[in-house]
Amino acid sequence: MDFLLASLSDGLLIGFIYGIAAMGLSLIFGVMDVINLAHGPVIALGMFSLYLLYSVLGLHPYFGLVIVAVVGLLLGMIMYAIVVRRVIDAPHLSSLLATFAVNMVIIGLGTAVFSTAPYNVDFSLGRFSVGPVTLIATRVIGALVAILVTIGLYIFLYKSRPGRYIRAVANNKTAAELVGVPSNFILALSFGIGTMLAALAGALIATFFPFTILAGGTYELKSFVIVVLGGLGNPVGALVGGLILGLIEGIIPTFMETTWVPVVEFVMFVMILLVRPTGLFGAKQ
Amino acid sequence: MKNWQKYLGLIISLLAVTLLAVWPLITSKPVDREVAFTILKGIALASSLNIILGYTGYVSFGHIVYFGLGGYIGFYLISQQGWSIYPSMLAGGLIAGLFAFLLGKAILRLRGAYFALATIGVNMAVLSFISNFDLLGGPIGMTLNFNIYKEYGGAAQALQLIFYLMVAITLITIIVSYLVRTSKFGLGLLAIREDEDAAEVMGVVAPNLKTWAYVLSAIFPGVIGVLFFFKNGSIEPHPAFPLHTSIELIVMVMLGGQGTVFGPILGAAAYQRMRGLLLTTPIFKNIQLSVAGVLLLIIVLFIPAGVVGWIRNRFPITRRVLQ
Amino acid sequence: MKRTLFTILTLLLAASFLLGACQTGTEPEVAEEAKPDEVTLVIGFTSSITGKYETSSGRQVRGFNLWMDQVNDAGGITLSDGTVVKLEVATYDDESNTDRIQELYTRLATEDNADLLISPYSSGLTAAASIIAEQNGKVMITTGAAADSNYQQGYTLVFQIYTPASRYLTGAVDLLASVGPEVTKVAFVYEDTKFSTGVVEAAKAYAEGMGYEVVLYEGYAADTSDFGPFINKIVDSGAEAILGGGHFQDGSTFARQLHEKGVDTNLFALLVAPPEPDFADLGEAALGVIGPSQWEPLAAYTPESAEVAGVEWFGPSSDDFVTAYTGAYDGEEPSYHSAGGYAAGVVLQNAVLTADSTDPVAIKAALDAMDLMIFFGNIKFDTSEENHGLQIGHSMIYIQWQEGEDGLSKQVVWPKAGATSDAIYPIP
Repeated sequence: MDFLLASLSDGLLIGFIYGIAAMGLSLIFGVMDVINLAHGPVIALGMFSLYLLYSVLGLHPYFGLVIVAVVGLLLGMIMYAIVVRRVIDAPHLSSLLATFAVNMVIIGLGTAVFSTAPYNVDFSLGRFSVGPVTLIATRVIGALVAILVTIGLYIFLYKSRPGRYIRAVANNKTAAELVGVPSNFILALSFGIGTMLAALAGALIATFFPFTILAGGTYELKSFVIVVLGGLGNPVGALVGGLILGLIEGIIPTFMETTWVPVVEFVMFVMILLVRPTGLFGAKQ
Repeated sequence: MKNWQKYLGLIISLLAVTLLAVWPLITSKPVDREVAFTILKGIALASSLNIILGYTGYVSFGHIVYFGLGGYIGFYLISQQGWSIYPSMLAGGLIAGLFAFLLGKAILRLRGAYFALATIGVNMAVLSFISNFDLLGGPIGMTLNFNIYKEYGGAAQALQLIFYLMVAITLITIIVSYLVRTSKFGLGLLAIREDEDAAEVMGVVAPNLKTWAYVLSAIFPGVIGVLFFFKNGSIEPHPAFPLHTSIELIVMVMLGGQGTVFGPILGAAAYQRMRGLLLTTPIFKNIQLSVAGVLLLIIVLFIPAGVVGWIRNRFPITRRVLQ
Repeated sequence: MKRTLFTILTLLLAASFLLGACQTGTEPEVAEEAKPDEVTLVIGFTSSITGKYETSSGRQVRGFNLWMDQVNDAGGITLSDGTVVKLEVATYDDESNTDRIQELYTRLATEDNADLLISPYSSGLTAAASIIAEQNGKVMITTGAAADSNYQQGYTLVFQIYTPASRYLTGAVDLLASVGPEVTKVAFVYEDTKFSTGVVEAAKAYAEGMGYEVVLYEGYAADTSDFGPFINKIVDSGAEAILGGGHFQDGSTFARQLHEKGVDTNLFALLVAPPEPDFADLGEAALGVIGPSQWEPLAAYTPESAEVAGVEWFGPSSDDFVTAYTGAYDGEEPSYHSAGGYAAGVVLQNAVLTADSTDPVAIKAALDAMDLMIFFGNIKFDTSEENHGLQIGHSMIYIQWQEGEDGLSKQVVWPKAGATSDAIYPIP
């Protein structure tokens, strides 16, 4: 029983972070129908940005997060302006390949600078016990930050003017343009927010796990699973999907070998695509 | 038109491959044979992918799954069951085709990005399953006993044999690719690519055609997988299902020109050559991926028809020669 | 617009073909015209300059290079007919990646005309390279590659310097039996690569034979960064001792996360990572961790011990090696990976001298017949058909990180005969 509790709480904590990474992917798909295959490298860039800010510049990691977010937002808007803008109305193959090309460019440059060796943000806040469960402080704070980010995103999307524009463009781009929404800027902003979430997720992961420039790939694939689970283009579904994935990762090791986790995840992924491509909570309409 | 002129497109394609195959025989340097082997492998894999990607318009992002699957089946038969390479290659190809048939029935219902995502998922699912499947060696894979090469007259002979087999498979792949392209079956596939719903209205039985195209495009990677890992001497999960190679294949097809017979040949040869050079040049070694990425971006954004497609559109006279 | 882009693309394509043509045009540089009494022996290997093996591989290569520089500076290896053998290397970065190994070793064997090969670091990469060596008929000395399976593939030209994986952790089980007789439950958590799987399979059978209950036996993927699930399982299993690990990166992460989670265990033995001096960077998490080592500066293999064992002694002493190594690399302390690289060179040197030629057949015969003690320990290869090339002379020692007067330090704790300190048990 203690084992199950310990395992579930670890899974749940990481689930929140999976959730915000997947929300980024889902938001981009919802607004512009683009599956961003550069999501993984952006997660990795988030990790390395935090590494540089903490280990080289000596900033506090949680202050570093703010900078990582800004960098992520700008990076996304630049990617949109240079690449995504041109393929937004093209067939899916074009947008998949274009974002994958960005993936290759980032990984190539990243490898040249950092090699593929593991890095580690040597930062610890110790641990504490809740009943029979021992929790690592950085992971708990990571989950709390993820919750804050989610709340922030919700408020932004539903209470602010640009947020409402984003939802309007997601609903119907032509109609939104007719009533004077600056759709190009809104699309760039959405892409920026999507990559910002990915970079933040990467930075949070970097506070407790070691990483390489290729590490984003694993989390990108997990994001795909989550996004399909929660419904493509449904950011709230993505957060719930992240939690479900985290729980699955917590439960499976309690009765079978941990290396079976990806088998379950990817079989589930293909099954959902086949049986219910709108996800468990519905895709965007 | 003279009879042979009708087949000019095929002749040129076969000639290009034959030239590539003869080159190491003339120089008789093992290193040239290795380079030619890698390029031929790229050509054959890209040409098979082209059947589903170029002709039918379905983006199979995880196509390498058939290479790995066939490789695993064949390797198991050779190393654990003592089969010879020939029936093992056949078995690898057939199992890959069978798997594609069963899977294709299900996932070809998905369109566009959903299909692409599903193929990535399938590749990852098979990869992680095999990593846990002890019969096929689990995470550490399987190794060939070196004495097996003695059956083929020693390692040096075996390497030559493997090279000739690779040449043969590549030639067959191209002939099949040509036949599909010029047949009524191929016409149906092109109709599906242009507009699947309209094609169905016109009487094209899309589900069947798509499935068979998918099966065809899976068989050859299966055969090549057996050959490649036989040469490799060992097989492990991650090198057998490399997602990035899958995407490199797409780049080759796009670079040369999707939907043409000659395009994948040109694309694969150019891409493999470029990659080989970048990899062994110290300055470029680390950013070879970036260079390939920029190249891909240029193709996608500005010449989506690829080199061969672009020439065909621009100089209609070449259409008879370049197919 | 389209036309310009097409031109660019065509140029790119043309350039790549041209570059290719140029490259095949320029012959790989052959050693300058050799004098009749001087031959150059080209030694080929890849190293993991980047990727997950960079720490261990880097040391291995530095060890090997040190040997080569010393031999060349001393005027080469002189054969009985006065021929001087000079050494030269051909090397590439394998990025710790199996994909590239075969391509690069083929290149070394065919294009760079390497006469002899040294293995890359790690059993997985070496397995891929061994086939190429055999296919091209080149002798290959493996170092940093312990898995037994590589020597059961029917190879005849591959020779292992390291103690094989099957004898890596059995000593740690003996140590446990000696210091903690009350322990009954052990857990094996290991990286699921060729090397570590080979190690724990043998160690598990050995432990069960000694009456231990193996309460957990589970592999983790090579790129694992989250050891949470495994740590939870260890706690749940009630294991009193943990054995396993894999290579440097995953091993250090495992140790760090186990410490972070505050898991109590009596004995914690990990592969590869602990003997590396960099393991000390873990600080408190390193304290008490035990690791099997192929060689330690404190280990005493000397001409005298060779005489006692009745085998021939060859090459410099451990002290000479350590002094030369720290001198050559800005005070860097050698680890057993460094020593393994250097030992590969010493073995090669002895084989060339015994063969009295650079002919590969003669060198192979010399290696087959070798029974030698060097600073690294006893070196003798299995010559049976089933296990050809397997190391049967050398054996392991075990170190533990202990708190000394000036911080953490490595102490040899097993076998008892060569121990520099008693094992700390249980881990505080």
